[in-house]
Amino acid sequence: MFEFKLPDLGEGIHEGEILKWHVAEGQTIGEDEPLVDIETDKAAVTIPSPRGGRVVRLGGAEGDTVAVGQVIAVIDDGAEAEAPAAEAEPAATPAGPAAGPGPAAPEEPAAAPAAPTPPVRPARRVAAAPATRRLARELGVDLASIPGTGPGGRITADDVRRAAAGGGPAPQAAGGPSPPPEGEPITGTTAGIPFLEIEPLPDFAQLGPVEREPVRSIRRKVARRMTTSMILVPHVALLEDCDVTELERFRREERTRREGEPGGRLSLLPFVVKAVTHCLAEFPMFNASLDPARGEIIYKKFYNVGFAADTPRGLVVPVVRGTDARSVVEISAEIIRLAEAARDGRIDAADFQGGTFTITNIGPLGGKGLIPTINYPESAILGMGRAAPQAVVRDGEIVVRTILPLTLAFDHRIADGADAARFMSRLVGLLSRPLSWLVEA
Amino acid sequence: MVMGSLGQETDLLVIGAGPGGYVAALRAADLGREVILVEERDLLGGVCLIEGCIPSKALIHAVEVAHLARESERLGVIGGGVTIDIDKLRRHKQQTVRALTSGVRSLLDNRNVEVVRGRARFTGPGEVRLEGADVASIRFRHAIIATGSHGARLPFGDDLPLWGSREALELPEVPKSLLVIGGGYIGLELGFVYAGLGSKVTVVEMLPQLLTGADPDLAAVVARRAAKRFDDVLLEARVEKVTKTKTGFSVTIAHGGETKRRTFGQVLVAVGRTPNTGDLGLDAAGITLDEHGRIPVDEACRTSVPGIFAIGDVTPGPMLAHRASRQAKVAAEVIAGHPAAFDNVAIPGVVFTEPELSWVGITEQEAREQDLAVRVGRFPLSALGRARAMGSTEGMVKVIADAESGLVLGVGIVGPHASDLISEGALAIEMGATLEDLAVTIHPHPTLSEALMEAAEVALGSVVHLARRPT
Repeated sequence: MFEFKLPDLGEGIHEGEILKWHVAEGQTIGEDEPLVDIETDKAAVTIPSPRGGRVVRLGGAEGDTVAVGQVIAVIDDGAEAEAPAAEAEPAATPAGPAAGPGPAAPEEPAAAPAAPTPPVRPARRVAAAPATRRLARELGVDLASIPGTGPGGRITADDVRRAAAGGGPAPQAAGGPSPPPEGEPITGTTAGIPFLEIEPLPDFAQLGPVEREPVRSIRRKVARRMTTSMILVPHVALLEDCDVTELERFRREERTRREGEPGGRLSLLPFVVKAVTHCLAEFPMFNASLDPARGEIIYKKFYNVGFAADTPRGLVVPVVRGTDARSVVEISAEIIRLAEAARDGRIDAADFQGGTFTITNIGPLGGKGLIPTINYPESAILGMGRAAPQAVVRDGEIVVRTILPLTLAFDHRIADGADAARFMSRLVGLLSRPLSWLVEA
Repeated sequence: MVMGSLGQETDLLVIGAGPGGYVAALRAADLGREVILVEERDLLGGVCLIEGCIPSKALIHAVEVAHLARESERLGVIGGGVTIDIDKLRRHKQQTVRALTSGVRSLLDNRNVEVVRGRARFTGPGEVRLEGADVASIRFRHAIIATGSHGARLPFGDDLPLWGSREALELPEVPKSLLVIGGGYIGLELGFVYAGLGSKVTVVEMLPQLLTGADPDLAAVVARRAAKRFDDVLLEARVEKVTKTKTGFSVTIAHGGETKRRTFGQVLVAVGRTPNTGDLGLDAAGITLDEHGRIPVDEACRTSVPGIFAIGDVTPGPMLAHRASRQAKVAAEVIAGHPAAFDNVAIPGVVFTEPELSWVGITEQEAREQDLAVRVGRFPLSALGRARAMGSTEGMVKVIADAESGLVLGVGIVGPHASDLISEGALAIEMGATLEDLAVTIHPHPTLSEALMEAAEVALGSVVHLARRPT
């Protein structure tokens, strides 16, 4: 009997969602045949079975989240069990008394059936006394979202009052409160922020038909990171129009000339990535992170620019590494490779990591422009609107130029408006006069 | 009320005066609401009080007393010649019902709840029409539907004078032989009553176990006693045809691959209950039933129509009087603006068989089916001093708890007074008690209640009153 545990899926990934099983319980599987498709925060992967044999048990249903190291399948490969007692929960051994002599011994031993397989799901429930539950309703506290400090994780009336009052730290009970399960954020109603009171949702089903969908995988990742960013980072956004008439003319020429070359399908994005990289070197506060624990700003001396990509599975941000050492056409080739891999769900988790700045290019999809949210823990993000011909005034005359609306949103803890204005001015200078790169870059 | 008045208006209309409806009316009146209670019977209290729980307990108790008297020779009680006078027993039962139903009446009078006798049908989301009443219609701001349920019928035999639980509880006679169709709690309780009164009882159950829903190890204790008391218990059997004969009924039963014809003096149909939702004009109110004919409600007992609530057997969930009464208080409090909710996690099930069986929360079988990591502790009554002294050692108490946290998730009891003992389990589950809470709470000695404490210790692995298993 072989217990297959979810293997390490790459740096920083602790869990994944079961997308699809390739076998059912009771079926046989060959070694290295596909067992399960798992979707992580980063990508979908097919995991092959490390052993051949009969699948005795699958460790979850499609849609379930499984953690790295959790048993995802038990395969009967004819071998002896691998230390089952050490692995299994010390659970479910119905203690039946032995029939013995003596006046107090039972006439009939209580049945002690051996559990066929060790149960795996913890029998969780929100444990709180009826009076506590009523108090929670009165105070608008969702019991499922607060940790209990009582024995067995029981929620006390004090826990409820504390959550209602702003969720200050609970006095440590003996043994301490049980930490929330990995990946489940604690969501009190106030998070300790004055005037912040998250009201319970109205019952929409009373108003009309609704459908509920669990927040999973990429959606959950986006929600978590955006919430963190918006709550933690004081955002300021600076808007500017950039004349890209010359750049666009040049880009089209180059694109035609380089047709068929790797990266030859030049879009505006690699030019912007390259120009941004120049600006980041000159304005390091936009390639930085704030370390509140140590009260320090971390300036990064490397340039990894991420770009937002809309995929069938949701928003992902692949990262182009070392943009300072790559040419525009090399950056273009990398962007094309990453975008296709992300779209097909084939991308490596490592390709999402280590970004120092992000560009979101909503323009091709529509919208005049946008004010983006910083990809925490970076310190700035550039939003690109749609590059389109516009009537603009040049030397007192109205002329038609191709205008790219740009937005720089930045962390005001690290940088000021003047820094942003200088950064933007420099960026616009580079993009509007591409020949200047010959001189400077 | 003015005689002959055409229409009335009220803040709260309660339809049905069973353990759901009358409790809702009382609670709402206590919270200052103006209440009209409509009931189609002349007696208040519903099935529970008039033809269910209460009368059956009167009969069951009498049979149990006679039975104890007859069978306590081991204890030195010589009970030769104990007989039951069914006329006297019937009178006792009727007096019990009358006392209780008039008690309900005086409680309602005491709170100025207006009781209207008649049958209510919705004509819209804010009005009912009444049949057989002095009032033609009632307009309401809030309504609570508490019309209960009736015994389900067989797909055949509608024209035959078969018994349902109501007829059986009227105690018209003691048939020489009685066929009970349905091995659920109603069928078995009445089976034991009539067996105790002298009928030869046969039970036919479609499923492979009596008392489906209860854990098999608990139900097995009752099944063993049933095998002794009853003539025959046929599992995985089906009644295919019933015809009337001169002296009783001829019944065709399919069992074990063959079909037999047998005759019985009387046939009792106890195949479940059906909610009373068919003839209420719910369409006119805008309420849609689920596929079982029940009214979907939310935690506050609200239906999909604003202002209309439903409680008890007409709503999804176990058809039990105590669930209805709790829902009744929730609905009344919500109507009065309180933040009440039916958030109970533990609804005890009690079966007044021989011996009694009860359970609350999750069963061991459900835990296994759901693959929950649980710890189970069983304690046999044979190891309990009080049970020994009573000479009632058949049975056990078991507790089911979360393997990791020790939170009590379920309790099952089979044995004497199981129906009274289960409340501690319900409290433990509702309070979020752990095994340790049960184990360290002092339970008085010598009582049956000690068994739950001992079962908790078994689950914790620290019991002293059982032999240690070899390790």
